[in-house]
This record gives sequence, C-alpha cells and structure tokens, in this order.
Amino acid sequence: MSRLPVRKTYKLFIGGDFPRSESGRTYAAEGQNVARASRKDVRDAVRAARSVFPKWAGMTAYNRGQVLYRIAEMMEARRSEFADLCSGPKEVERSIDRFVWYAGWADKLAQVIGSSNPVAGPYFNFTVPEPQGVAGILAPQEPPLAGLVSRIAPALVGGNAVIVVASEPHPLAAVELAEALATADVPGGVVNVLTGFRDELAPVLAAHMDVNALDVSGADGDVAELERLAADNVKRIVRGAADGQSAWEIEPFLELKTVWHPIGV
Amino acid sequence: MTELERKHDQAPIPVGWEYETAPESRDIVTLRERYGHFVGGEWLEPKETYTTISPATEEPLAEIGQANEEEVQLAVQAARTAFENGWSSLAGAERAKYLYRIARILQERAREFAVLESLNGGKPIRESRDVDVPLSAAHFFYYAGWADKLEYAFPNRKPKPLGVAGQIIPWNFPLLMLAWKIAPALAAGNTLVLKPAETTPLSALVFCDVLRQAELPPGVVNIITGDGRAGAALVKSDVDKIAFTGSTEVGKAIKRQLAGTGKKLTLELGGKAANVIFDDAALDQAVEGIVNGIYFNQGHVCCAGSRLLVQESIYEATIDKLKRRLQTLRVGDPLDKNTDVGAINSEAQLEKIQELVSSGEAEGAEIYQPPCRLPEKGYWFVPTVFTNVAQSYRIAQEEIFGPVLSVLTFRTPDEAVEKANNTPYGLSAGVWTEKGSRILAMAQRLKAGVIWANTYNRFDPASPFGGYKESGFGREGGLHGLAPYLDFE
Amino acid sequence: MAQAPALPVGFELPLEPRLPRIGSIDQVALEERAASLAKRSIKREAKMFALELAVRMTDLTTLEGSDTPGKVSALASKAIRPDPADASVPSVAAICVYPNLVPTAVERVLGSSVKVASVATAFPSGQSPLETKLEEVRWVIERGADEVDMVIDRGAFLAGRYAKVYDEIVRVKKACGETGLKVILETGELGTYDNVRRASLLAIAAGADFIKTSTGKLSSSATLPVALVMLEAIRDVYDETGRRVGFKPAGGIRNAKQAVQHLVLTHETLGVDWLTPDLYRFGASSLLNDILMQIRKEKTGRYQSPDYFTID
Repeated sequence: MSRLPVRKTYKLFIGGDFPRSESGRTYAAEGQNVARASRKDVRDAVRAARSVFPKWAGMTAYNRGQVLYRIAEMMEARRSEFADLCSGPKEVERSIDRFVWYAGWADKLAQVIGSSNPVAGPYFNFTVPEPQGVAGILAPQEPPLAGLVSRIAPALVGGNAVIVVASEPHPLAAVELAEALATADVPGGVVNVLTGFRDELAPVLAAHMDVNALDVSGADGDVAELERLAADNVKRIVRGAADGQSAWEIEPFLELKTVWHPIGV
Repeated sequence: MTELERKHDQAPIPVGWEYETAPESRDIVTLRERYGHFVGGEWLEPKETYTTISPATEEPLAEIGQANEEEVQLAVQAARTAFENGWSSLAGAERAKYLYRIARILQERAREFAVLESLNGGKPIRESRDVDVPLSAAHFFYYAGWADKLEYAFPNRKPKPLGVAGQIIPWNFPLLMLAWKIAPALAAGNTLVLKPAETTPLSALVFCDVLRQAELPPGVVNIITGDGRAGAALVKSDVDKIAFTGSTEVGKAIKRQLAGTGKKLTLELGGKAANVIFDDAALDQAVEGIVNGIYFNQGHVCCAGSRLLVQESIYEATIDKLKRRLQTLRVGDPLDKNTDVGAINSEAQLEKIQELVSSGEAEGAEIYQPPCRLPEKGYWFVPTVFTNVAQSYRIAQEEIFGPVLSVLTFRTPDEAVEKANNTPYGLSAGVWTEKGSRILAMAQRLKAGVIWANTYNRFDPASPFGGYKESGFGREGGLHGLAPYLDFE
Repeated sequence: MAQAPALPVGFELPLEPRLPRIGSIDQVALEERAASLAKRSIKREAKMFALELAVRMTDLTTLEGSDTPGKVSALASKAIRPDPADASVPSVAAICVYPNLVPTAVERVLGSSVKVASVATAFPSGQSPLETKLEEVRWVIERGADEVDMVIDRGAFLAGRYAKVYDEIVRVKKACGETGLKVILETGELGTYDNVRRASLLAIAAGADFIKTSTGKLSSSATLPVALVMLEAIRDVYDETGRRVGFKPAGGIRNAKQAVQHLVLTHETLGVDWLTPDLYRFGASSLLNDILMQIRKEKTGRYQSPDYFTID
C-alpha cells in the first residue's frame, strides 16, 4: 500500500496568520480548493496593514533591506515547490533575484530620489522620500510568481505595507510565497495575500478609504471604474511593468517631504 | 500574629561598588600558529615572519608573514588574472550575491570576530561587538546592493571598474577598515590586494576564511601582511589604484610617489577635530559626547574630538561634569564587557602619546588624570584632560592618537569657527547646541568633511566619510564612496 | 491673577544662582547612556548586598480600589517579614496605601521598623480642588502616616501654569510639617525629558523631600532614561545648594534585574551616599518576591520557583 499524502489547505495570509476566508468560501484553481476572499477579508487585511505600517516604516532602511534579503533566502529554499507553481525554474530564479535586487535599494533610495536643495536664501532645505502607507496591489494574472514579486517588492522596499490580490487562475504561487514570507522575519501584516475573484475584490480595495495607493499594473478589465472608485480619497494610482525591475518602480509608492530650516547663529 | 522585631537600618554600605569582571570567552577564536599570505585563493608560505601580540597582555598570538616585493608582485598578479579572467565580466547581480554572502557570514561569525579584534587590537569588546563588527557586516550589505545598480549612481555616466586596487589600512579599526575598502571595490567590479596594519593582521587573515565560505573566486581578494615596507612595495606595484588610510606623513609620501604615474589615489589621513560646546547645549549629553569623542577606542580615531572648544560661560560647569565623568571610566582588560577604555595598540604608540603629553605639561597646560589602577603587563594610558591649553601648544596642533583631550575656550560663534578651522587638518568636527539654526550655520562654516551635531563618532555605510585639506581626499561610504573605484572615461 | 507664593525659608534667591540651570536634554544621547549603564554587571558580593539593600529600600505598595483592611493586614505582615523561611531577610522600608487604609496599616506595623506612606492629593489624577487635597493630607497625618506621596497637577503643568503647580507643592509641604513628602511627577504624562527635568527642579524648589517618577497607574513609568534625568537633577541641586533630595522610581520595576540596574544608575550618577532608604525607595509590589527569589538563589545556588514564596 503506498502512503496517503496529507493535503495542504490553501488559506489567506492576513496579519501574519493564515485564516480561511471569513465567508467560508473557496474556489477551484489549478486543481485545488483555494480560499475565496470576501470584502470582509479585504477589510481585515487593510486593518492589519495599517496597524503594522508605523513599525515597518519606522525600521531602519538597513533593517528593511535585510528583511527583503531574507525573503529571497526563504524563497531559495523552496525553489522546487515554486517551480511547480509557475512557468518553471527560470521564473523562480528571476523572482528570487528580483527580491535581492530590490533589497539593495532600501538604504539607497534617499540618496538617489531624495536631495538637498540649494534654495536662494539662508535656509537648509532637504527632500526625503517616505512611504505612502498602505498599498493595494492587483497582481498580474501572468506570470504567477514573477508578476507578483515584481509588484510587491518595490512597494515594500520603500516602507509600505501591502495587500495583494493574487492571480485568479494561478493563485498557488502566491500562497507558497506567503508561506515563505511567514518565515522571513517580515512583521505580520506587512504583506497580506488574498486569493479569490478579481472582480469581487478589486473594487473593494479601490474604494477603501484607508488605502493610500492602488497598483493596477496587473488589472485587466475595467481599470477606469477602479480609478473612479479610487478617486474618493485621492489614491495614488500606480501603473508599472508586470515583470520588470527599476528604481522608478519604487518611486510611485513614495511621498516626498521637503523640510526648511534657517541657517543662522 | 508572630512577635515583631524592631529592626534598624544598620547594614554597612560598601565603600565602592566593584563591577563584576564580565569577560567574554576567548574560546570562540581559533588561531593558527602561523599565517602566510592569501594569494590567488591559496596560502603562500612567507619567506620572513614576525610575531603579532595582544597589546593588553603582550602575549604572542601568531607568526605573521612580512611580505617582500616578490610576494607583493605575486598577489598583484593574482588580482590581475582574476580581474581579466571573469570577475570584470561577471554580472553585477552575481557580484552582489557574493557580497551579500560575505555580509551574512560576518553576521553569523560576529562574536568570533569581535573577540579577535579586541584580542589583537586592544579595543574594548563592547566596542568591537557593538560597533566594529556590525558596521563591517553592514558595509558589505550596503555595497552589495550597489553592485548591480551602478547606472543609477552617476547620472549620464557609464561607470566601469578600474582594475586592480591596492589597499593599505590602519590598526585602529582593522576589520571595519577592511570592510570600508573591500566592499566598494568589489561592488564596482575591481579585484584587489589589501595589506592590514602590521600590529593588527589577524582579523584580515581570519576574514580569508569568510571568503572561502562565500566561495569567492580565487584572486579577487588577496591579503598580504607586513610593515611599511610591504605597503611601499604595494604602492610601487602594477595596480590601477591605491587607497590608503593612515598617517598624514605616509599619505604625503605616497602622493609624492604616485605623482605622474596616472594611478588613482584616495587618502584618509589624520585629524585634530574640534568638539564645540555652546552654552545652550544639552550639557550632560554633551559631556557624554566629549567622552565618546576622545576616549572611544582609546582615542585611536582619526576623527576623534581631541580639541574641546567650550564656550567660556559654561566652562566651569562643563569641566566639573567632565572630570566627574572621567572618574567612572573603566580602563582594563579589553575582553571584559564592563571595560570602557582598552589597551594602547602598541609600545610605539604608547611612547608617542607619552612624549606629547610631556610636551603639554612642559608648555604649561594643566593636566588632569582620574585615579586609575592599570594592569601590570600591556600598554595602557589613563584618560587625560589638559586645560589652560593655548592654540599653539603641540597638544593642540599635533594628532596625539591617544586618550588625551585638550580644552580651549571661545566667546562667540565666530571665534569658535576661527579656532576650529585653524588647523591643517579637516576631517571632522562636533557641534553641541540645542538651537537648530546654529547647528546649520556652524555646519556651513566648519571646514571638515564630517560634522556631527549633538552627537559624535557616528558611522554608517550610507554616510560618506572623508576629509578636507591634509586629512585626505575621496569619500568612503554612501553613493559617493563608489566613485573612487570606478572609471568614467 | 495668581500670586507667586512666598518661598519657604532657606530658598531665598541671592544674586548667585541657587538652582541649577534648567537646560535641555538630548533624547538620543540620554537613552543611549541609560542603555549602556544597564549592561553593567556588578560583582557577586556586591550583588547580594544590592539585593538586600533593595528589600530595605522597598515601599511595598497596594493602591487598588478594591483594597480592604484584610488585604492591607496581609501586606503589612509581608512587609515586616518578607520571607518567612529566612529570618535574615530584612523588613522593607514602608508600605504604601490609600488614605482609607492608613489606620489599618499603622496598627499592623506597630512595633516594627516599617513606615506607613500614604498617597494623598487626589491620587492618582490630582484633578481636585486644592482644599480637598490639603484636607486629605492633614487627615492621613492625623491618623499616623509617616510619609505622604503626593501627585503634581499635570494638567496645570502641561498648560504652562507652573506657579500653580509650585504653589500646591509648597502648601502640601506646609501641611506635612515634619512628615516626609514625596512628590510624584507622573513622568509618563509629561511627554518629554525636558519636562521631566523641569518638573523635577520645580518640585525640589517647592520643598520635596523625595521626587518620585510615577503613580504606577500608567503603563509607561520608571524607565532607566527617566530615572537618569531625575537623578541628574538631584545631583545638580546637590552641587548647587548642598541639599540632598531622595529619589523613588515606581511603576514598571518588576524584577530584581531591573532593580539592580536602577541601583547601578544611581551609583554612577550620585555615588554611594544615596544608596540608603532615607534617600532612595523602590515603589513596587511584585518586585519584592522576585528579589526574594534572587536572594535565595544566591544563597542556595539554585534557580527558584514562585511557588515557594508567599503572595502576602
């Protein structure tokens, strides 16, 4: 008799925990039953993100960089699992290297994006980048791992907390990533992963008044409607590359603060 | 209810509390009896050796190679070969991963390296554990992130590695200076030959094991040991760039030597920093800052706040607090976690300090040294304060590189700036005032590469460090620390 | 309009300054200094002495709405004989209770060296009229309280009405007469270290015999940095005037390790002179048992279990 395997339950990742959807629903994807998040799960995820945001943003850039590097470490340990859930090892390697790449930006953003400004007067004037707060991200439907990583890493490195709606047809890579995140010293709530129906969850995220940015790079369908909903609290709408890396992917998730101070004895 | 006794507060109070000796164990460090030169990923048997010791006990620790010209040439050749056969064409992202590995391994072996630094160099374990080793790992971590992002660092320039760098580092922060040199050089795509200081070679030699663990390709980093002769040989050799941190005198000699050769050069030399205290400073914290400025690492710091410029209106209060604070400084075994001030690095350095201190007394300054029990063996100097110091005294002009503070006064901000800048050096300065605009005004006017306001001796891989004038040129740390290792032609 | 009250005798201000410069505190440097002192470890012999000293300097406290004579009686027994299994453990300095429980407390400690400290002045908020506060002080003294722990009016302090804060302390001190007065600053509400120093100097100028950090009713209380600020204020007053004022950290000191850290801080800042119950008290409840466990561990060499120490 061959051994009966123990099947995995595919749950959501909210606040560092793995709860089922509060609605109790699931849906079938990639031959598995996956949690089907509801609007209340979105609500809980936003709450978790908001609550941990001060801690994440308050960490030194060096610390944040180390956390992102550790995400890469944990992903590396799960290479074969990831490879089965996306297009293959090349996509996995690209995704891991992408986290390493973004990890290195944490303590360099201020020097590249910030500045000291030579104003015409006896004032010291400097501009520093700051995270916006809570970002809602609609992961590209494809590629299931690299797309997800390409969108959440730039938001995280600047100090934002993130709620990501996973690819609807291929959500398993996102769940695997959540499991890697849970062992990567990432404070609970910094990344929240919701699996479920895109057209059910995206409008909730877009309309949520306590979400500061909405990344529509992976949105299909009616982006205009999402933008309309996002207008009520003047969310920043981010459109970036579904599978690329650049410092300019980080920048749309940042605020810029400029400070003046007189110079005089 | 039981019978109650009348008790009085009769227990005697001890005359002084003794702190427990809290020694960090040496067991974590394994040393070989003899080290050669690390060339092309292998250990080269040295032709000539000398002994390196622990300055706290004068105990011999290991035999170290004294590199001759031929051995130096072999190292440079190995670096050249490694550069041409792969390292220069390796993708930045892959170079980055080697550097990240080194950072992570250093973090894992942090305790071992901290003990080693204190053992070989004499600095308190608290400093090597809390400052030197963590910053070294952080430096590798920071520059790892630049290796594949060079196109962002210099707008409109296409940077390329220089080739082979020759690097010579001092004995005051052996591992940290190694990190400051190696990390940006490798991130920029160069290979290198590094010579640690004669008295503190061990952390560099044990670092070679970290390189082995990280599987860094052979020849990318080469370590040769020895005194100034080995350094001179490296300067003369076929490298594309020299980076030197050390005394101003040697720095000038190197600059003369390289004149006309086309080799790139960066120098980080001495300093005689002014620590300026205004009457509105947070005074208790300023006193901590003064102490940190000159007694941290026994004053063996190029950017040490060795001249205290205190506003005359708070002179008495400051000096009283300072003297009281000096009485609680603990000088002793570097491996004891309660020690504040460790051993002087070498007999030679101790003699230099003693000579300058004598000159101070001879020229008329008033000396204060707290009562202090010093160990029998080893090289020690009691933390010292000179008051009634004139700007012209040798102790106010020359770098002592020891735990000796000279105190001068000023009346107005203008006078403070004038006195602070009145030196051929320009590495660092400190400003203590609660008034924001004054911090910025002083920062604007002080001629120094690093200005610490309401703090002192703070270092970070993201923060560029380097001097004005005779304190050297070029910056280490930050985005700007990449430039010296890149070719922009 | 508020009138500045007459200063008590001995506080006349001649031309030379009689109070230290108020000045500023740098938060980052202060917290770093406190943290580095917290890492000191003292010699074993000194440790045993420190633990017993900590017991002798404890104000064993119960300040709950639910306190009853029964509760306070049990506390008093514990205060007199903290460790029934070890007669060499000394009594604590005092027990600290609410006014209504003062009579019971006084009766129960009679014949021992344990003093009775009473909170007063609308503890913990201080938000009551001065007359009722003074009445409360007189009431507890008449019933035998040896010491009074008052709270300052933080509302007035934060609104900048320093003269009112000062005046209240002066009047309470007058009502105390010979009875020792501890002034609670409630540092957790003051917001900045600068304010802690200001409040410390203000309270001392107004006649405090002790300055105390907290009521123990807030979560943030006697941290090492706050203690350092207050000890430095005490030191500066001593340097300037020769007057010794005591210090009582209260709230948040739950184990022996923290207590020893506080003692180390005091030793580094003020020297051995302040290491006596006349000038130093720990305001604590659960601290005592942890100290007893550490004492027994030092004596027997074994780590202890709370099961072997009475709750009261």
